[in-house]
Amino acid sequence: MVFQYPMITVQACLDGLLLGILFALIAYGMALQWGVMNIINIAQGDLVILGGYIAYFMYLYGIHPAWGVIVSPIIMYFIGVGIYKLVINKVVDRDLFISILATFGISILFMQLMNFAFGADVVLANSGYGTTMLFNNNVTLPNSKIFSAFVSIVFAICLVIYMKKSKLGRAIRATAQNARAAKILGVDTEKVYAATFGINAALCGVAGALISITFTIHPYMGLPYTIRSFMIVIVAGLGNLPGVAMSGMGLGVFEEFADYILGTEFRIGSVFLLLVLILVYRRFKLSRKREYLK
Amino acid sequence: MSKNIILYAAILVFGITAPFIFPAFKVQLSILCVLIVLATTWNIQGGEMGYNTFGNILFYGLGMYLCASVQVGMFFPLAEWTESGGEKTFVHTPAQFFQGMAVGLVVAAVIPTIVAGLIGYAILGLRGHYFAICTLGLGVAAGEISGGIEIIGAGQGFTTPPFPNVGGLEARGEFFYFLSFGALILTFLAVRAIYSTRFKLILNAIRDNEDKAEAMGIETMKYKIIGWMVSAFFCGLAGGIMGGLVGYIDSTDVAFDGREMGVFMVLMAILGGKGTLWGPVIGATVFHIFKEGFWTFFLGWQYVALGVLIVVIVIYFPEGIMGWLREKYPEKFGEVVDEADRKAQVELK
Repeated sequence: MVFQYPMITVQACLDGLLLGILFALIAYGMALQWGVMNIINIAQGDLVILGGYIAYFMYLYGIHPAWGVIVSPIIMYFIGVGIYKLVINKVVDRDLFISILATFGISILFMQLMNFAFGADVVLANSGYGTTMLFNNNVTLPNSKIFSAFVSIVFAICLVIYMKKSKLGRAIRATAQNARAAKILGVDTEKVYAATFGINAALCGVAGALISITFTIHPYMGLPYTIRSFMIVIVAGLGNLPGVAMSGMGLGVFEEFADYILGTEFRIGSVFLLLVLILVYRRFKLSRKREYLK
Repeated sequence: MSKNIILYAAILVFGITAPFIFPAFKVQLSILCVLIVLATTWNIQGGEMGYNTFGNILFYGLGMYLCASVQVGMFFPLAEWTESGGEKTFVHTPAQFFQGMAVGLVVAAVIPTIVAGLIGYAILGLRGHYFAICTLGLGVAAGEISGGIEIIGAGQGFTTPPFPNVGGLEARGEFFYFLSFGALILTFLAVRAIYSTRFKLILNAIRDNEDKAEAMGIETMKYKIIGWMVSAFFCGLAGGIMGGLVGYIDSTDVAFDGREMGVFMVLMAILGGKGTLWGPVIGATVFHIFKEGFWTFFLGWQYVALGVLIVVIVIYFPEGIMGWLREKYPEKFGEVVDEADRKAQVELK
């Protein structure tokens, strides 16, 4: 099929790349908190969906959903800090499994609260950007997807510069390297952790707002986003931004092809299977050297 | 020792008479038995071996589908059964039903065991959170994929054969209760027997320091796989029974329900106390009572309550009930305590 219908291939590649940039943005947030706080946040996907609902809500009240890209991260930042203060600060220094379970609990909580607040329907915020046709109208490219990819790249670049230049960014990087040393040198690690979690939530908010414009959102759709970002992070490694971007886009393309070839009902399943396959591949590769993933 | 025998006898007597004392709660009691089985099997991984899995739900769901499929497929065409959505075109005679159930349960226990061996070889080399996330992925993937397979009902679900019309209305509840209670006794005795052997010590060594265990000459991979296979055997069995009990199998809401059952088994074991024989039993009982309370009084809010419960248990109660008791009454657990030392420690706290 890939060679018989080249236009579908082009379509899938383009869709996948634009989608992958969004995944990379979410994964960057995950890599950030994983690297700094040593926490795996299962509720990552639910934060994304919550950010999406903020944009959708604005759309319902007649504000153009693109403004959600600005509003949603601000609200999400405070929600993130709130979650940190209530739950995450108690699991930071403990076993990783504790953090996985605790955030799993948060994830279930968020899912259900969103289900109450916004209903169980699949919704999308219509941006009204229209579509671009390419190659004799054989390939359709919604402008909203281009917009979302552009915004994600802008946000990613801003964040990288912020992390490099600002005082908080330096404090975050110092804490990631060695929390104890940073504490001794006068970094308020508690504040750094809160800010990191807030920034992560804000990134999820941006990604969610973009997803609500380009795709659809649903209260129970969070977990796949978590798994995708986890997968991207383990492929790329922590703190490797180009790697995150590349593997994010690769995952996007893989998903589009899985969608076309296997059918939409196997799309999510194939994502989860890919995660298992990647982990198994790395496990066998490492076990030859008598090492293991850790 | 004699105390233990009295305890076991009391539980056995209670277990046998329970459905007649509380006839209205037969289904709940059967579910409780299944939950205890699941918590106990999770404890083999999470508690004794230190491999926190979310993937035991895979074997549970697999057992559920296999049992029902065998039960139907032995006598009728499976595809037409699922096509009709459980309409009364095919009816099992009592003999067929029980034969199918017996064969189905054996298949439901054996196949997941083999699957666990194969998957275990691939993924038990992962450690810590990689293993946890990998098994989480496996469970969800299984749910998504089985939801796309036509012959077992795909998205619309699979109706298990209805209980044949023998022995009146009460018979169904009693049959499933004794089936699940039997599974519970089998599991408990098997796990108890395992825990008294060297095998348990090896599992504990793997939990405490896998590298050192390997350096001591233990083939950790072999024992990890065997441990997982033991879990899978009883998980599959429990799944098969649960499928018949619920009467309807849906890929993501009943069988591979990572959001409910998959988390429940972890939570029950942690609530009771990881790494103890009785912890999961106590945890499952307490959890089931709590859960039924929540489900009845906070209908609609049960997942909110569940989410809060998970967070609270994990953060404030990670040692569980048994861990708490152990800290409070160490003598009862066979630990020799120096009274002066203990007092000093209490004062320090």
